[in-house]
Amino acid sequence: MKTKTGGLSKTTKSDLITYGMVILAYIIVQLLVSTGHVSSLIQGLLVPFCTYAIVAIALNLTVGILGELSIGHAGFMCVGAFTSAVFSLAFKQTMPSAPRFLIAILIGAASAALIGFLVGIPVLRLKGDYLAIVTLAFGEIIKNIINALYLGVDSRGVHFTMKDALSLNIEEDGLVLIKGAQGVTGTPNDSNFTVGIVLLLVTLFIVLNFIHSRTGRAVMAIRDNRIAAESIGINVTKYKLIAFTLSAALAGVAGVLYAHNLSTLNALPKNFGYNMSILILVFVVLGGIGNIRGSIIAAVLLTLLPEMLRGLSDYRMLIYSVVLIAMMIFNWSPNAIFFRKRLQQRLTAGRETEKEEA
Amino acid sequence: MALLETKNLGISFGGLRAVNAFDISVEKGQLYGLIGPNGAGKTTIFNLLTGVYRPDEGAILLDGVNLTGKKTIEICRAGIARTFQNIRLFGDLPVLDNVKAGLHNHYPYSTFEGIFRLPRYFKTERAMNERAMELLQVFGLEEYAGYKAKNLPYGQQRKLEIARAMATAPKLLLLDEPAAGMNPNETKELMDTIRFVRDHFDMTILLIEHDMKLVSGICEKLTVLNFGEVLAQGDTQEVLNNPEVITAYLGE
Repeated sequence: MKTKTGGLSKTTKSDLITYGMVILAYIIVQLLVSTGHVSSLIQGLLVPFCTYAIVAIALNLTVGILGELSIGHAGFMCVGAFTSAVFSLAFKQTMPSAPRFLIAILIGAASAALIGFLVGIPVLRLKGDYLAIVTLAFGEIIKNIINALYLGVDSRGVHFTMKDALSLNIEEDGLVLIKGAQGVTGTPNDSNFTVGIVLLLVTLFIVLNFIHSRTGRAVMAIRDNRIAAESIGINVTKYKLIAFTLSAALAGVAGVLYAHNLSTLNALPKNFGYNMSILILVFVVLGGIGNIRGSIIAAVLLTLLPEMLRGLSDYRMLIYSVVLIAMMIFNWSPNAIFFRKRLQQRLTAGRETEKEEA
Repeated sequence: MALLETKNLGISFGGLRAVNAFDISVEKGQLYGLIGPNGAGKTTIFNLLTGVYRPDEGAILLDGVNLTGKKTIEICRAGIARTFQNIRLFGDLPVLDNVKAGLHNHYPYSTFEGIFRLPRYFKTERAMNERAMELLQVFGLEEYAGYKAKNLPYGQQRKLEIARAMATAPKLLLLDEPAAGMNPNETKELMDTIRFVRDHFDMTILLIEHDMKLVSGICEKLTVLNFGEVLAQGDTQEVLNNPEVITAYLGE
């Protein structure tokens, strides 16, 4: 019987496979890019792959580990994206790009964590559908607030208004940072594939270690049985908040990566609306709830798929949805799971008979 | 002095008087039984003792410390652990982790230390693993350590629940119908386990049970509850021969 006491445990091995998979993918892609085998379309998708993988892992922490359904993670991504973009724009001329981007990441994570904490206090008292509805509303509110927000800075300090650019009263030496629905323009493009992979690995490190720590165990205990968890002295509110805040912070990091990959950042329904939140949830569900490695794979495949189907023009979304349904059946249907197990058994049995014959 | 003492404990749900003027006094090291027909208020008393419900009146004293109106986690820290009538394990966690969750408050390290795997993480986790394996061995569950808790056979799940409760290092263990759904063989094994827990850990145990063989076999004292009130209290044989108790159980 394998336990965590001696040698490399099963979980450690599984974690190492996940890290290895990401690093291997990075090396292969870099090789292909340098030999010119990757089209510019795919090259443009490399940073989004990382962004969506990170936010999918973040949501999996809430859905799979904490066991609560959140459809507001695009909102946390939005918070991280805008706070970090504003910071980077404000210090574009005065700071070198490396430390600036590092601070931007920390600011994006911290602000998303703060919002996650504040939202979490009332929201985590709710359960199931109710929690989903409130987080959905929260995501929309964030997006709409940012769409109406004007923010500028000049020698007199920081100004903001919800009316229009003129009412900011910015002096001539000043700079408008957020222009309402026009968003943030001129964010330095600090994101690239290497940075994305590093952030993905850091996210993996944090989440996997979290799950296998005392805190993660308490969170999963609450997920499996709240009443029993309380009865053995686990502070339910505290650990739910820790997990939710961490999840929000990581979604914020994905937002930072997203914002610094574009020169213009808008809060559109497409990128930070509930469509996006649902899409992230689809990554998590298809990759397997609670399965961190699956989230990465699902996020990459489902970001790649619509682009690969671009040639089919009108039929694109039709095929996309058919593929989604097929994946769902393959992953979750009892018959399909049974079929997969039998196939696996037959394969391993075949190998054993081969061995015997040899 | 008694380890657990309740004085005039009572609670109502709407117009229903679920528990009324409940007094009990459990000595240290005692195996105490709480019996009564269905709906008599036995589990409600457990929920009062563990802070799931707040009593309308009365007081709960553990080792002389007043626990009335305290929260579940504070009561756990004060030293009362319990199992549940319908088993409540952490089904998707390994058996070992179920016990480690019970050790949660005794082997602390911060979330930060856990994520960045600082030295205290390794030290504490190692100590936790050792202690958890010890407990699993005591209950004969060590070979199942890596199984998901929900995949254990029924009888083993009951034992795991007791092991998890014992991991919190309680002064008093509450068992809510530990033999429910067990066949005679499993019940016999369970009786041995309960007796063993009492002797090995020098534990005080208060248990709810319907199985009269188990109750008369291991309990030293009994309290009989009927319609939320104490019907009889005293030594097991005495109480079981009490005509009022027989009437409550079997009818006129």
